[in-house]
Parts: sequence; C-alpha cells; structure tokens
Amino acid sequence: MSAVQAATPFETVRTPDPANRPIKVHTAKVKVTYGQKEALHGVSIDIAEKAVTAFIGPSGCGKSTFLRCINRMNDTIAGARVEGKITLDEQDIYDPDLDVVELRARVGMVFQKPNPFPKSIFDNVAYGPRIHGLARSKADLEEIVVTSLQKASLFNEVKDRLSEPGTSLSGGQQQRLCIARAIAVSPEVILMDEPCSALDPIATAKVEELIDELRANFTIVIVTHSMQQAARVSQRTAFFHLGHLIEEGPTDHVFTNPLEQRTQDYITGRFG
Amino acid sequence: MTEAASHLPASRLGGSDIRTISKVDVGLKRRYAAERRFRAFGLAAVTIAICFLAVLFGSIIGRGYTAFQQTRITMMVDFDAGIIAPDGDRTSAAVMSGDSFRFDDLIAASLQRTLELDPNDEDGLYDGLDLLSKGSAPLLRTMIAKDPSLIGTKRTVDFYATGDVDAFVKGSIRADIPESQRLIKDKHIALIDRLEKEKALHLAFNTGLFTNGASTRPEMAGVGVALVGSLYMMLVVLALSLPLGVAGSIYLEEFAPKNRWTDVIEVNINNLAAVPSIVYGLLGLAVFINFAHLPRSASLVGGLVLTLTTLPTIIIATRAALKAVPPSIREAGLGVGASKMQTVFHHVLPLAMPGVLTGTIIGLAHALGETAPLLMIGMKAFIVDYPTTPFDPATALPTQIYMWATEPERAFSERTSAAIIVLLVFLLAMNSIAIVLRRAFERRW
Ligand SMILES: Nc1ncnc2c1ncn2[C@@H]1O[C@H](COP(=O)(O)OP(=O)(O)O)[C@@H](O)[C@H]1O
Ligand SMILES: [Mg+2]
Repeated sequence: MSAVQAATPFETVRTPDPANRPIKVHTAKVKVTYGQKEALHGVSIDIAEKAVTAFIGPSGCGKSTFLRCINRMNDTIAGARVEGKITLDEQDIYDPDLDVVELRARVGMVFQKPNPFPKSIFDNVAYGPRIHGLARSKADLEEIVVTSLQKASLFNEVKDRLSEPGTSLSGGQQQRLCIARAIAVSPEVILMDEPCSALDPIATAKVEELIDELRANFTIVIVTHSMQQAARVSQRTAFFHLGHLIEEGPTDHVFTNPLEQRTQDYITGRFG
Repeated sequence: MTEAASHLPASRLGGSDIRTISKVDVGLKRRYAAERRFRAFGLAAVTIAICFLAVLFGSIIGRGYTAFQQTRITMMVDFDAGIIAPDGDRTSAAVMSGDSFRFDDLIAASLQRTLELDPNDEDGLYDGLDLLSKGSAPLLRTMIAKDPSLIGTKRTVDFYATGDVDAFVKGSIRADIPESQRLIKDKHIALIDRLEKEKALHLAFNTGLFTNGASTRPEMAGVGVALVGSLYMMLVVLALSLPLGVAGSIYLEEFAPKNRWTDVIEVNINNLAAVPSIVYGLLGLAVFINFAHLPRSASLVGGLVLTLTTLPTIIIATRAALKAVPPSIREAGLGVGASKMQTVFHHVLPLAMPGVLTGTIIGLAHALGETAPLLMIGMKAFIVDYPTTPFDPATALPTQIYMWATEPERAFSERTSAAIIVLLVFLLAMNSIAIVLRRAFERRW
C-alpha cells in the first residue's frame, strides 16, 4: 500500500440507481498489481443489468485494467495479479472451479482497435459459435451469423460479400463486425474498451446508436475518453482517477451535479 | 529558400543577412552531398557484390558446363548367342554369371568391325580399346541381363569414351603439346578423327552424371547416389525439425512462463545457432553412431545431425514470426472464449506461417549445403549402389563435391563444377519455393 493512499483514506461517492435495475456484476475491493506496481487500489462497484455503464477518467487511471478483470483478460498478462471479489450473477468469477473459457463466452469484449480475424466476414462471426458448438447444423450457424450481423447493424452493408476478408471493411464496419462477433456467442455482458477511439465521427455515431440498441438485451460496460459519448450512450457513469473509483452514479447526475471536486474538475476539463 | 530567408529581419537571423544565408546554403549543399555519397557507396557495394557473384557463377559454369555433355562411341554390336550364352541358357541370371571376358570379346568384335581391322591386328585393336571406357563390358553385361531378348540380334550401342578421350574431344587436352606430355597419343588422335568423321564418335547429353554412383573411372561417375542421399537427409530433417522446431517455438513463445529458466533456454538456443557445424558432427558421431549404434555413413544419421544444426534456425525464425503476429489477434481469440491452444492454432500460427515456412526452407537450404558434420559421420565413402532406405550407406551432394575436388583428372574437375551447379540449382529452387510460399500465405492477411 502506497504512502499516498495511506495518507488519504478513500471512500467512493455513490448515488443510487433511481431505476433500481438488478445487479449483473458485483465487484468488491478489486486490486490489480502489475509486478510491483499497484494499478487499482480497491474498486467496488455494482454494474446494473441491461444498461450501459461508462467508465471515464484520465488516461492511465486504470479503466482498462478494471474492465479486463471482468472477463479475466488480465490472466493473460504475465505479472498481473488480481485481488478482491468479482461476481457475475452472484457467481465468483475468480473461483478456481470456474472455467475461464466459459466466462469469456458469457462476457464478451470489444477492443480499442478493431481486430477482426484475417478470415472472411462470415468466418469472423461464425468462429465463436463454432468453437463453442452453439450451432447444430450449417443452417443454424448461418442463422446465428445473419442475426448477429443484423443486431450489429452491419448486415445490410455486407450481405453480398460475406466471403470477403473481414479486414477489407472500413474501420467503422470492422468495429461493428467485432461487435457482431462478440454478440454471436450470446454473451450476457459486453465489455467495450474505447470502441470508437479509432473511428471517424460518422462511424462513431453508428456504433453509439448500436450500443443504445444493444442495451435492451445486454449489459454493457464501455470505457471512453469522450465525455460527450459517455453522456450520450450511458445510463450510469463511473469516474476513475489514479487507480481509485472516485464517484459513480446515474449519468445525468454525474455530469450535471457531481458530488466530488475531482469529478467536477475532470468533466469541466480542468485536467485529463 | 534564399528569398524567404532574406525577408526575415536581420535580428532573427542573428547577424548580417548575407553571411547567414550563405551558411544555410552551405549546410544544405553538404546535406545533399552526404546523401549523394551515401547512395554512391550503396550502389558501389551492390555493384561489387554482383560482380563477385558473376565471377563466381561464371567460373563455375564455365568449368562445369562441359560435364553435362559426354563423348560417346556408337558401335554396331552383334549380340552373338554363341558367345553370350554358350550353353543355351538365356536368362538374366545366366548372363550375370560365368566368364566376364566374353563381353570384352563382344566389344572387341564390334570394334574390329567398326574400324574394319584385320582380325590379326592386335595393336590396332588395343589402340581402339584404349578409347573405350573400361566400364564398357560390365555396362554391356547389365544391359543384356536387363533385356535378354537382345541375345541373337544386332544393335547399335552407345559406349562411353574414356575420360581422357572426352577431355580431348572437348578441347581441354590440346593436340599441340608434345606427345610425350600428352595423355592422348597421336595414334589415338588419328582414331578419334576417323571415328568422328564416320559419325561414330559424338557428344551426347550426360545422363550418367545424374544417375551413376561413385566410380574410379571419371566417365562413369555421377551424383546419383549423392542426390538420393541428400534427398533422404532432407526428408529426415524436414520430418523432424519442422514439427519439433515449431512445437518448441510455440511453447516457448506462447505458453512458457517468462522467467529465468526460459531466458536461459532462449540464450542457449541463440548460442546453438552459432555453434560450428563440425561440433554437431562430433556430437552425432558420439551419440548416434558410437552410442546408439546407428549405421555409419547412413543418410538417417546425416539427417539426424543436420536436424540438430537446423533446429535453432527454425526455432529462431518461428519465434520471430510468432512475435510479429499482433497481440490484438490473440486478444480477439481469447475475447470470444477460445482457449489459448485454439487461439494459437486457429489464428496466430496461420499468420506466422509465411515466416515459419521461409525459416524452414532457408534452414533446409543450409542443411543441404552442410559438409563438415557429414564428413565426421563418414558420409564420404565410395558408394556405387543406390541406397534403398535411409539406413543404407550414402553420400551427399556437398561431400561428393569434396571428394571429387581432390581428384586430379580433368573429367573429375569438370564434374566437381557440375555437381556445384546441381547443388546451386537446388538451393535456388528451394529459395524460390520459399518466396512463392511466402507470397501465397501473405495474401490471406
Ligand atoms: N500490461 C501492463 N503491464 C504493466 N503495467 C500496466 C499494464 N497495463 C497497464 N498498466 C499500468 O496500469 C495503469 C492503468 O492502465 P490502464 O488500465 O491501461 O489505464 P486506462 O485504460 O485508464 O488509460 C497505468 O499506469 C499503466 O501503466
Ligand atoms: Mg485504456
């Protein structure tokens, strides 16, 4: 525990959810250390089901790190250690009996840079269902691919070129393809780490629209460095700073009436 | 530039206008000159390299191309049943057994007929026989044994001329040096001229170069056994080093924890790539032959030793190729719930494949030209018969070159260059395959 942290005992400021949504992911005192360096100093937050939760904060404050705890992607980083408790539907995801492959099928992820496989558009979306054995027949698989592409609002643009490589699409289309790929395995939660930071404004608007539609069926956590985006797409917002969760609450509340000075400073652009 | 600078106030240029501007000019000139110099150096280096390559290829091809043709003497042979099968038994076995001189008699008879010699002219006959390879009679015998229906017929047969006659016909033994210092005497020259005029003596494509094994008679020597030996070794190397090397690299790169042990292994693999190949030869001699008692001179042992020399190359190339695969692909695979193994085999390895294949083929090409370790394990024996399995004794192309290079005869020295050409053609072919494969796999990106 660092000296700075010991000197300032820390309490997250919370505003409860007026809509009273059920809790999908519950985290308590999550700490992450990379080698010797503690990147997250104990983050506790409840993530509401079928809503979009936005993580905002200056870069390097640990948003991605925290996001990657939720589907245990940090397991793949040598030297990363996670402490604390994270549950998905009241099931401990760091339970040694839990299969991490199954967890990642339930908690999908979309990354900052679109990263389609160097395969056809069809195979990109079909890959997840194939390895998890979700389709009983070829027709089944085709249906999954088509509905996933439709849900990702990409189908109309690519329906004539499903056999072309995924990498031949534009950046925005690639990112929606990645979302379709994540949707195809019917996850319950979708984690998105700055999904629009590599996209132009028009493509960004399309992805934001899509996120808003997906909220009806999925629990979405999105990291963004754009406060406008957080305000546009999310119902709840969490503000991170230097490895601490400073404040969380309903999005309109956090943006119009922040309770913490640091939140206020960040959203008014005084630092970040 | 000059104009723009002159509009700036003198104070900002820090002194008198003119001096500063000229300084800027000089600086630019110097930079352009440096660039031109650098280009010139580069061009010179490339030109020199190409010149050396041209000299190398020119001298090898110049010395070796003659070996692809060989002097033949065509004679009508009377396959006299009375001589070949005196007891009436015309089977292959009967042809291969019994007095071997009866085939010399056949040749002598046809030579007498070709040269229209008096049957009692022994000197004339021996002068004529001097032109024919001493391997002619055994060759005729195997020819009849292979096809006993020849017995009782008359056919023209192409006989090999001796290496010296061949050298004379190709012009590398000259007629204008004194007879006492010449390997071909005047009487032989007269015969050669006469046979040439009668179209009995001519140059033909030298198939024996590719099909024959070792021979003390240069005109009968070929790289056939060496080719088969090299082929077996390449198969052994490919079958062992590709799976082992790729599996090892995948483990080290994707699965092994990054700790002191893996660091030690990494450093050692890099060091192994730099170990002189003769050391691997000694290791192979000690382990495969003296300890495991595998047969000496066998292409299997050669392949095993070359596998050792090739593995580090393949591992280093494969690891580099795996490292070059963007981490986002691994994240994408893991992110949809693929296991680590599935991620590697479905996504990472296919992307690394061009690099892996290039590394493998370049490793194989190295192995194909490797000589020292093969000398250590005895792959420089005098081997006439084709190896039928990798356990049989064989030679390899580079050791064959090494053995021929020490022979004094002109026919062997041209064969040395010819064998080098064959080796280079194989290396070029392998490198071209590497490029083609690389292109083919890269297109999938
Ligand atoms: N793989 C890693 N190894 C070591 N340190 C890391 C790694 N990833 C992130 N960090 C550190 O953890 C802190 C939080 O990083 P990150 O979660 O990426 O921040 P954010 O996404 O909010 O910009 C940073 O100080 C960063 O340097
Ligand atoms: Mg980040």
